[in-house]
Amino acid sequence: MSTSKNNSFGRPGVRYAMTMDTRRCVGCNACVFACKAENALPAKGFRDWITYTVKGNFPALSELIRSERCNHCSNSPCTTNCPTGASHVGPGGIVLVDRGMCTGCKACIASCPYDARYVHTDGFVDKCTFCVHRVKRGLDPACVSACPTKALAFGDLNDPDSHVSELLRYRKHTVLKPEKGLDPNLFFLL
Amino acid sequence: MEEFTIIRNSLHVDPHLDIWGWEIFVYLFLGGLAAGIMIISAINGLGYKQAKEDGSPSSWSRWAPFLAPVVISLGMLALFLDLEHKLYVWRFYTAFRITSPMSWGAWILLGLYPVTILLGLAFLEDNEIESLKSFAPIRWLKLGALLEWLCRLGSAWRKVLLWANLALGLGLGVYTGILLGSLGVARPAWNSAILGPLFLVSGFSTGAALLMLFPLNHNEHERLRRWDAWAIVLELALLGLFFIGLASGDGYDRMALEMFFGGKLTALFWSLVVAVGLLVPLTIELTEGHKGIRPTALAPVLLLIGGVSLRWIIVSAGLY
Ligand code: SF4
Ligand code: SF4
Repeated sequence: MSTSKNNSFGRPGVRYAMTMDTRRCVGCNACVFACKAENALPAKGFRDWITYTVKGNFPALSELIRSERCNHCSNSPCTTNCPTGASHVGPGGIVLVDRGMCTGCKACIASCPYDARYVHTDGFVDKCTFCVHRVKRGLDPACVSACPTKALAFGDLNDPDSHVSELLRYRKHTVLKPEKGLDPNLFFLL
Repeated sequence: MEEFTIIRNSLHVDPHLDIWGWEIFVYLFLGGLAAGIMIISAINGLGYKQAKEDGSPSSWSRWAPFLAPVVISLGMLALFLDLEHKLYVWRFYTAFRITSPMSWGAWILLGLYPVTILLGLAFLEDNEIESLKSFAPIRWLKLGALLEWLCRLGSAWRKVLLWANLALGLGLGVYTGILLGSLGVARPAWNSAILGPLFLVSGFSTGAALLMLFPLNHNEHERLRRWDAWAIVLELALLGLFFIGLASGDGYDRMALEMFFGGKLTALFWSLVVAVGLLVPLTIELTEGHKGIRPTALAPVLLLIGGVSLRWIIVSAGLY
């Protein structure tokens, strides 16, 4: 977890990542509401969302709840397919959209296997920014701060002492659609 | 058993991706059509001397290069209508992104205008240039001298222009397929490099079809019909390869394949694209050729319908 004192934003070699603890998540949607409020999202605009996967045969059912968002893939087809450079990789590997450069051609939406992007009612394409405006100030993304069960953590993957590095070292984890080979930076702790 | 529930209803994304409507498949169709016209004009031009010996080329075939910029403009209009952030359309031209086929396309489209228009001007005859010069807007704007200069420039650079039209036509045709192919990581139905040659050949075929609707002379029509029959056969073969590619892919690819074999696009694809758009016109063209029957507009019109349908169905297949 970053604090204002050891703000890593803009430092070379930083690789931001998020962990999502599926054992802690209760699917309360606090992360979704925090994001909507923090980023003033339009109606029908989503930067993060909850999924439920129920497995088994009644009554022996098990439920897995995830809070999902853009994976800020290290190998991001949404940025390579953007014709204008609006979709780009920012500091710390955060994948961002520059609104003033976006034509709304939607090539990036079509390129994302995670359906993490949508068209903002103002015409440009929008998605999770890891709350870069907060990260710049050394704060956690809004969803991470809001989570009442502390299921979310954010930090620098390349710093062995960061909270995310520690969690990934000790906990079993997975990413979504690893077979797509995009190197996601949103990890689900199992 | 597994049940997946997503608490989200994102605009144009849920329940399934709904980002590209008619604008995109019409654009891909028109792009292919323009590519076909350019390639055919170039081949015709390169065989111009031969054609002159066979009887002079019809004025329609000489004017054909001008069809390309008209068709491209309509295509660009469709593309523009699809943009969600229209005021920022100029952003296409403040960057060149080597990894983005869409960026390549935006620049190629601009380059096509001078190349196609000059090629058209290069084959005008003196009396045609004169009548163009007396055309009211050109007279009022005093563009006569410029026009004449461009015609002379075109004639002088004829060979270069012909090869440029051929190369850019091939590039444009392949690009319309690669554009979808490059999004294949997320859209299994487009996950195939075959879409490049497939859309190119289909573009050639629709280009030939459009030209066949004009009153060309007998030899010219004959030649287009023959070329087109071959293009249809090649297109069928490429469709076969496209399916083989999907069949030998991973689970996502095979799910995409299923849409064409039993899934929701099956009836539309086999009836509109394969039967109406390829097999029926091929049969008509072969019969016309064999029996020497006077050609009708039927085969070309069906080919054009088939061309639009192919793009429509492939684009839809990727979005489901
Ligand atoms: S999750 Fe989608 S939008 Fe985010 S970086 Fe990966 S491909 Fe791009
Ligand atoms: S919609 Fe905007 S960000 Fe996405 S590819 Fe097009 S120009 Fe780039």
